[in-house]
Amino acid sequence: MSATQTPAGTNSLRSGPDNRGRFGIFGGRFVAETLMPLLAELETAYRATQADPAFRRELDYYLKDYVGRPSPLWFARRMTEELGGARIYMKREELNHTGSHKLNNVMGQILLARRMGRTRIVAETGAGQHGVATATVCALFGMKCAIYMGATDVERQKPNVFRMKLLGAEVVPVTAGAGTLKDAMNEAMRDWVTNVHDTYFLVGTVAGPHPYPEMVRDFQSVIGEETKQQIMEAEGRLPDAIVAAIGGGSNAMGIFHPFLDDPEVKLIGVEAAGCGLDSGLTAASIERGRPGVLHGNRTYLMQDEDGQITEAHSISAGLDYPGVGPEHSWLNDIGRAEYVGATDQDALDAFQLCTRTEGIIPALESAHAIAYAAKIAPDMAKDKILVVNISGRGDKDIFTVAERLGVKL
Amino acid sequence: MSRIARRFASLRQHGRGALIPYVEACDPDYDTSLAILRGMPGAGADLIEVGVPFSDPSADGPTIQKAALRGLKGGSSMKRVLEMVRAFREGDDETPIILMGYTNPIEAYGPERFCVDARKAGVDGLIVVDLPPEESDLLAGPAAAAGLDIIRLVAPTTPDERLPVVFSGASGFVYYVSITGVTGTRTASTDELAQALPRLRKATDLPIAIGFGIRTPELAANAVRVADAAVVASALLNTLETTLDEEGKATSRTVPAVLEQLRGLADAVHAVKK
Ligand SMILES: Cc1ncc(COP(=O)(O)O)c(C=O)c1O
Repeated sequence: MSATQTPAGTNSLRSGPDNRGRFGIFGGRFVAETLMPLLAELETAYRATQADPAFRRELDYYLKDYVGRPSPLWFARRMTEELGGARIYMKREELNHTGSHKLNNVMGQILLARRMGRTRIVAETGAGQHGVATATVCALFGMKCAIYMGATDVERQKPNVFRMKLLGAEVVPVTAGAGTLKDAMNEAMRDWVTNVHDTYFLVGTVAGPHPYPEMVRDFQSVIGEETKQQIMEAEGRLPDAIVAAIGGGSNAMGIFHPFLDDPEVKLIGVEAAGCGLDSGLTAASIERGRPGVLHGNRTYLMQDEDGQITEAHSISAGLDYPGVGPEHSWLNDIGRAEYVGATDQDALDAFQLCTRTEGIIPALESAHAIAYAAKIAPDMAKDKILVVNISGRGDKDIFTVAERLGVKL
Repeated sequence: MSRIARRFASLRQHGRGALIPYVEACDPDYDTSLAILRGMPGAGADLIEVGVPFSDPSADGPTIQKAALRGLKGGSSMKRVLEMVRAFREGDDETPIILMGYTNPIEAYGPERFCVDARKAGVDGLIVVDLPPEESDLLAGPAAAAGLDIIRLVAPTTPDERLPVVFSGASGFVYYVSITGVTGTRTASTDELAQALPRLRKATDLPIAIGFGIRTPELAANAVRVADAAVVASALLNTLETTLDEEGKATSRTVPAVLEQLRGLADAVHAVKK
């Protein structure tokens, strides 16, 4: 299949992946044989829930009364005025229970895991937001929970580590590699392959072997579906552009997907450029990587000539990943979405701008999206509409930000 | 007939099982790993697996992870690995060499060029841990054209109805991952093995090797009582690790210690009459 064809050969960009789990040349199922039968079982179980209205009802109940959905679409008046261009709206995913979009996906997958009769959950986490969300639902349903987290991230996201422990999860620091998200992902996969009989691997982003990228996207698409309805109510039309930060790409995929077939809506993914796209210290997999195979899927990866995966760098633990979800790789190659970078410094500036003008302390991950929105808004006409996904709140990041601003807490 | 098929045919003729040791390329440096590789046939290796270091060996336990990192630090690259096999082939035209690794370094090298170059260097077969049958079109054509065997992994979780999928396109031998888990951790019980093997035999005529968790001569002998070959990796890498100096460099004990352990394993395997 060429990269420009739509996945299922239909004329919708929303019908992917194909039956091999591919988006164009990306995606697939590159895992050890031990896991292949489990992925087949997972896919069958997932398809059954898709066809089951009772599952949808159950999920909707938890999304409304536990997660706190729908999340508001906020018109950022002061930021709009200060930037002097496009009207900026913020999708307030930071208001979800546990403080980020991560719970949307986790809620869906935990209900699936329960239907599959699993009693133990393993997950990887970077910033700790996915780990906290996972530990939270494990507490809610009384399930055993092990969270793998890179040792570097354990250090820079202490509040979340403590939170996970309070919630009853075992937090396992991973010292392999640079001790960040990619290493945690490896270790979570090793746990899963060892404990296949009772364990469910709860992937936190739109990456990994099929059907994870599709499934996580579907559970996160509630963000875009609500946004569509809310912007129609507020403005009577679709936005001109949607901007979201890209780690693995789940909050972005969630807000993009319902708009894929609306070509008038520009979709912009903001990767972490770290110290600069050409500094060698970046996490911009699409902009500076090449297609390759890692963690069960083919996608853009930061790697050297020999195919060894290189360490990513970002001020934000949640974006510090050398890969990206395969659907983003495909959207990039067919030109439906655009991928750009924001540096550590851009994110720090945007973190403060958002806090000062809107009274919203965003996660450093989300600050990357705000940074790019703030960059393009002034050049857009005043009647243009820009939606930024505020994927999480920034309480977890105040230590990092204080340190960078030279403030001792 | 491929080197692998020839070797298994001759072993069968002599009523013997095979020992397949593993050496990680460039662990801890090129010369040491080449010396180990060269010494292996004399110490009783019937076939040899050469590990291709990868930064993210997600199906491997701590021992092979560390070996892979040492290999990368020791200057490994796909080019270096093939160079090492070529150097080995200068002195040994009989012992089959199987490369074991992950998809990405092969994809980065270019699958077609890789298969051609690997064959030229003297490689006989490939085990690609994260390339299941469903994704094998990446390598199947180029490997067949170059005359490389594709060794398929089969696991305890593989259901009977999936065995034909796994074995279609398999050649050389079949690698039974005897536990659900990563390398170098748990060991399958004799009972578990006795149950698993008939199931596999029904589905394939290829020789069957057992790997994962075989760390002693006794366990290796047990494995070849039911299967055709035993693969030993982590146990040898652990031994290698204990001989390194404080900076992780090889010492005069490194090569002899690994080969001596290998001899003990091989003697036990070869004492089993089949
Ligand atoms: C608040 C927040 N936003 C974004 C991300 C990045 O993940 P994704 O790209 O999957 O949305 C994370 C990951 O930890 C996060 O915590």
